Amino acid sequence: MGNVKKTLLSLFVFAASIGYVISQHTGVDFVKTPAVVLNIPSQQPTQTQTTTVIPGKTPAPSTAPPINKSTTPPTKTTPTPTQKTQGQYLDGSYTGSAANAYYGTVQVRVGVQGRKLASVDFLQYPNDRRTSQYINDQAMPLLKQEAIQAQSASVSGVSGATYTSKAFRQSLTDALSQAKNI
Amino acid sequence: MRTTRDDIMGMPITVELVGGTQSSIDAIFDYFYAVDIRFSTYKLDSEIMKINRGEIPEHAYSDEMKEVFALGEQTRKETNGFFSMKKHDGTIDPAGIVKGWAIRNAARRAETLGYTHYFIDAGGDIQSYGLDEEGKPWTIGIRNPFNEHEIVKVVRPDGQGVATSGTSIRGQHIYNPHTPGATIDDIVSTTVIGPDIYEADRFATAAFAMGKDGILFLDQIPGFAGYQIDAKGIATMTHTFEHMTV
Repeated sequence: MGNVKKTLLSLFVFAASIGYVISQHTGVDFVKTPAVVLNIPSQQPTQTQTTTVIPGKTPAPSTAPPINKSTTPPTKTTPTPTQKTQGQYLDGSYTGSAANAYYGTVQVRVGVQGRKLASVDFLQYPNDRRTSQYINDQAMPLLKQEAIQAQSASVSGVSGATYTSKAFRQSLTDALSQAKNI
Repeated sequence: MRTTRDDIMGMPITVELVGGTQSSIDAIFDYFYAVDIRFSTYKLDSEIMKINRGEIPEHAYSDEMKEVFALGEQTRKETNGFFSMKKHDGTIDPAGIVKGWAIRNAARRAETLGYTHYFIDAGGDIQSYGLDEEGKPWTIGIRNPFNEHEIVKVVRPDGQGVATSGTSIRGQHIYNPHTPGATIDDIVSTTVIGPDIYEADRFATAAFAMGKDGILFLDQIPGFAGYQIDAKGIATMTHTFEHMTV
């Protein structure tokens, strides 16, 4: 149960960072209180993740975003429609540059509907899993296990996986600038 | 003296030289910068990008590039093919080798400059040596993959390298390309303590790619310790790991 909370929290933090990036590029109200639904295609053999930003909704800020685990496939790229609107962005689908996160590539595609940012798809995401040729036919040795627990000790440094946030912002910024200038 | 910069190789890099000068620390950062210029797949003018565009014949590769290519091939063999610099589109991405290799070379530079007590952290992969400025052993926390502000273990590497592979964002959205339809949600983080940071980093990457079997792989390699965290927050450790904990 604790892990579910933590997962929700981390998804919320991630969603908040998306909101932050969007807020850098729009003056539209929905950005300040984005409702974010993560559609995670749990059975799709693909790395694509779909994040849908619903414009206009204003949920209670303290509510964690709902996680909708479904088999909804990622949205398809629609060739760029060029309908002129009054908003900051033109409707259509824009693919951001592939941004190098040093340990992999991050690339996003944004969808603009009704002149508002409607979706963010991950086209590329770092994947350490190169092959799966390793066949586990070894006997499982007895290794010690434990539930992880937060430590309060002060340390010289912290070892952890590198984050993709910088590359994500870069690709998203590029996609949004295309939506603006076309 | 400790300095952190966030403008090289796309990750925060911290260099601490006990009793060190700013010019010595700058020299270490200069080295990382030179590595970034040569190996970054983000810089169009980098040597690796020229190689990927077919603009440089193999015999004209720099010595550093030749070394990294040879190390990549050696690692591919040692990890049953789980580590590869060749991407699915046929281009070469040396990042998996370069990071640990660069940290190790930076550490050697610190030693050449006369420092025997130092700490170098590039994006959470750490080489420390000697003692900190208070004369105590360096200690490294393992980040909680579910909460980046927490640590879940403290180790004392005693001159060894500590590297972690995994992600806290990707979490359960990992797919095995060879078994379409099967979601891999078992492993979120693998930390490896190895003879030096180069060894720790490449084996952390390979072990993470192996999924839950990675810890078994690590347990069989003399001189390595591993701590693997699964999606349920359960950690599995190699037999040698507990000796490293504080």
